[in-house]
Amino acid sequence: MNTKTGLDWKKLAHSRFLMPIVCLLLVLLVNVIQTPNFFAISINNGVLYGYLIDIINRASELVILAVGMTLVTAASGGQDISVGAVMAVAAGICCQILSGGAVSTNQLMAPMFIAILAALAASALCGAFNGFLVSVLGIQPMVATLILFTAGRGIAQLVTKGQITYVRVDSYKVMGGYIDACLIPTPVFIAIGVVIVVNLILKKTALGLYIESVGINGSASRMVGLNSTRIKFLAYVILGLLSGVAGVVASSRIYSADANNIGLNLEMDAILAVALGGNSLGGGKFNLMGSVIGAYTIQALTTTLYAMKVSADQLPVYKAIVVIIIVVLQSPTFQKKVRTIRHGKAVAVNAG
Amino acid sequence: MPESDNKQRQVHRMSDGLLLSMRGINKTFPGVRALSNVDFSLRGGEIHALMGENGAGKSTLIKVLTGVYGLESGEIRMDSIGHPIVNRSPQEAQANGISTVYQEVNLCPNLTVAENLFIGRQPKKCGLIDWKTINQKSANILKNLDISAEPKKPLGDCSLAIQQMIAIARAVDMQCRVLILDEPTSSLDDEEVAKLFTLMKKLRDEGVGIIFVTHFLEQVYEVCDRITVLRNGELVGEYEIETLPRVKLVAKMLGKDFDDLADIKSGRQGSEKPAERVIEARGLTHAGTIKPFNLTINKGEVIGLTGLLGSGRSELVRTIYGADRPTGGTLKVKGKAVTITKPLDAMKNGMAYLPEDRKKDGIISDLSVKENIILALQAKRGLFHLMSRKEMDEAADRFIDLLEIKTPDREKPVGSLSGGNQQKVILGRWLLTNPDYLILDEPTRGIDIGTKMEIQKLVLKMADEGKTITFISSEIDEMLRTCSHIAVLRDGKMVGELTGEELTQAYIMQTIAGNHPGKAAVETADEEGGANV
Repeated sequence: MNTKTGLDWKKLAHSRFLMPIVCLLLVLLVNVIQTPNFFAISINNGVLYGYLIDIINRASELVILAVGMTLVTAASGGQDISVGAVMAVAAGICCQILSGGAVSTNQLMAPMFIAILAALAASALCGAFNGFLVSVLGIQPMVATLILFTAGRGIAQLVTKGQITYVRVDSYKVMGGYIDACLIPTPVFIAIGVVIVVNLILKKTALGLYIESVGINGSASRMVGLNSTRIKFLAYVILGLLSGVAGVVASSRIYSADANNIGLNLEMDAILAVALGGNSLGGGKFNLMGSVIGAYTIQALTTTLYAMKVSADQLPVYKAIVVIIIVVLQSPTFQKKVRTIRHGKAVAVNAG
Repeated sequence: MPESDNKQRQVHRMSDGLLLSMRGINKTFPGVRALSNVDFSLRGGEIHALMGENGAGKSTLIKVLTGVYGLESGEIRMDSIGHPIVNRSPQEAQANGISTVYQEVNLCPNLTVAENLFIGRQPKKCGLIDWKTINQKSANILKNLDISAEPKKPLGDCSLAIQQMIAIARAVDMQCRVLILDEPTSSLDDEEVAKLFTLMKKLRDEGVGIIFVTHFLEQVYEVCDRITVLRNGELVGEYEIETLPRVKLVAKMLGKDFDDLADIKSGRQGSEKPAERVIEARGLTHAGTIKPFNLTINKGEVIGLTGLLGSGRSELVRTIYGADRPTGGTLKVKGKAVTITKPLDAMKNGMAYLPEDRKKDGIISDLSVKENIILALQAKRGLFHLMSRKEMDEAADRFIDLLEIKTPDREKPVGSLSGGNQQKVILGRWLLTNPDYLILDEPTRGIDIGTKMEIQKLVLKMADEGKTITFISSEIDEMLRTCSHIAVLRDGKMVGELTGEELTQAYIMQTIAGNHPGKAAVETADEEGGANV
């Protein structure tokens, strides 16, 4: 028994969850000192209210993107920087179908599921386009996705005819708001749902193993009969699809499709979430939950800074400083140092 | 462990005309004792052959001497230096008068001959490179050593032999007293070898001590004065060339394991020959790498493929396996015509392929031993048929046991294992898929000698169990021990299939080289050594 518990502790200490969680706790710790009421949760107007709830709610889109970004990173050793733009495309298509082409509507002009399905199909198509460029044509992921990064918002503008399309219907606000009398915001459920579904896929199929294998050594993977091209392609399609989900949620929050602002700069946060999660941006082995924690960390950071009354235009500076600290904490050199220190201690403890 | 011939060992005294003396050299790599207590001595003005099979420790010894590897324990002395020397880098070794010329020339082909001779030590005039002096001095050096090369010509335009000689000239001009030639002749033709030997003899007569590492026995007897034999990282002995006939040298290099394996194989050949055709290739080709070839392999057969590097050995099997998509010809597997365009097709037809480049095409280094073992079977089953955790664990444990893979547990990343164990993991990966036909491309390269023997024995065992095997190795001895017949390739073309009587080192080498000696020559080939010039 003794050895067993010892092993478990060791496993936890060496687990790749450790650093992401430590980072998240660090950010939260700052709040305990700086903003005493940070963890207060109250019920206002029949819904939960508080900074924590705000973090979990606002992080939803980022969590959804981070899940997909993790797979793309692992499989292709590169990142998709078009996800924010793809969100805008999905939002535009969804709202445009719902409004029947009008700038603003007070009633749904088409069934909601058709609009959402069309939005998701379009975003999956964007993912497929990226995937084709990367896996079939062998273009660098960053360069390949730069195309949609630039063109995506233009496409969204075309779809919405250069307007911000409003869908002022309560049923459309549900995805970004609340289900009836539910205390918890809907995006939280959607994000958790996405995490669960993707986790299930990874658990029940060999996709996770295939992605890691292809990401670590594409050539060797081919020799054992894996189709590297198809697996990379699939990862991009999944990310495209998830970008669509995030886009619809974001659009539902503001019940409109703002082609210029939906998902703006979110691609960078998504990539950062993957990195914070302890994943190598060079691909290979991945840790999905790490990325999810990373996404919440980023949102916690943003909310923390707001709570500390940092103005929106100064925010990036502080964010950058914190990011530097976190990234250094996770750097291999630093970790090696920590490990040797920890190892020394462990030896001392065992001896004692 | 074979015991050393203590009688043959020389007593080391620096006053004995010795130029270099290494004593009690040890070197350990994780999991492998590469050198244990090895002595080596070199006289001035001699050509000294360092012999041993791959993995015997020749190159490790050289690398310890030249500072590529650190000296773990032991002592190195040069006659000109009063105290033991420690070379921490090849530069330091060079400063101590020890230079190495490798098989692959370490010079810059795009620079001129003269530039290569003086690179890094260019004579200068007013802070600028003095080209006139460089070219003049180079011409002198080349003339003194009878090397026919133009100083102003780019090195890349010279033949490989000349390039090698220029590398030697550079070393000599840098006051080297110990010159190490590591497999210098392996990619030279006979005429070039002769030229190189003339140069070596000239340097010997000038008092340079030359350490000559080679696989070619007959070349040893042509130029060398003494021989040191290593086996398994241990010194077997040091011999004057006259006292050690070829056959004895071979026996010393191979040790008693040779007889063991010979026994296994002869027992095998006695059994009746099965005739079921597993692989039948007709005119199969991959444009640009391998010319159309015909190949028939019967069930339970071990067929060897040999040829020089780049002769198309690997390309041939890659085409069968679909790693390179065939551009023509037909392939039948167990009598059934099949179209193989990718590895998965081949796997579904019962093939398995252990690739030549373990790092690039074999292991998935960050994945665990377990994941590496189950990967091929999982890929064969498909995305939606994930093996259960229990099935994976059992499969991994089974092959860790069966192949005696040395790993703390099955979850260890395969990249952290030694080369030999990595190779076993890949073997396990393929055995798990229960293939009918295994392609093993250089399965024993770069792994320790113990594992090497295990793999050779395993190959024979698998053949006995009815598996068909294609075995590629650049070590002909190894193939002679395992293969029932051997196909020879040259320049992307299959030039011969040898069986029975023809399976001797000499005959194979001559087929590789393109000479076909008569039967009579073959009879005595074992005594005579390698290809005659």
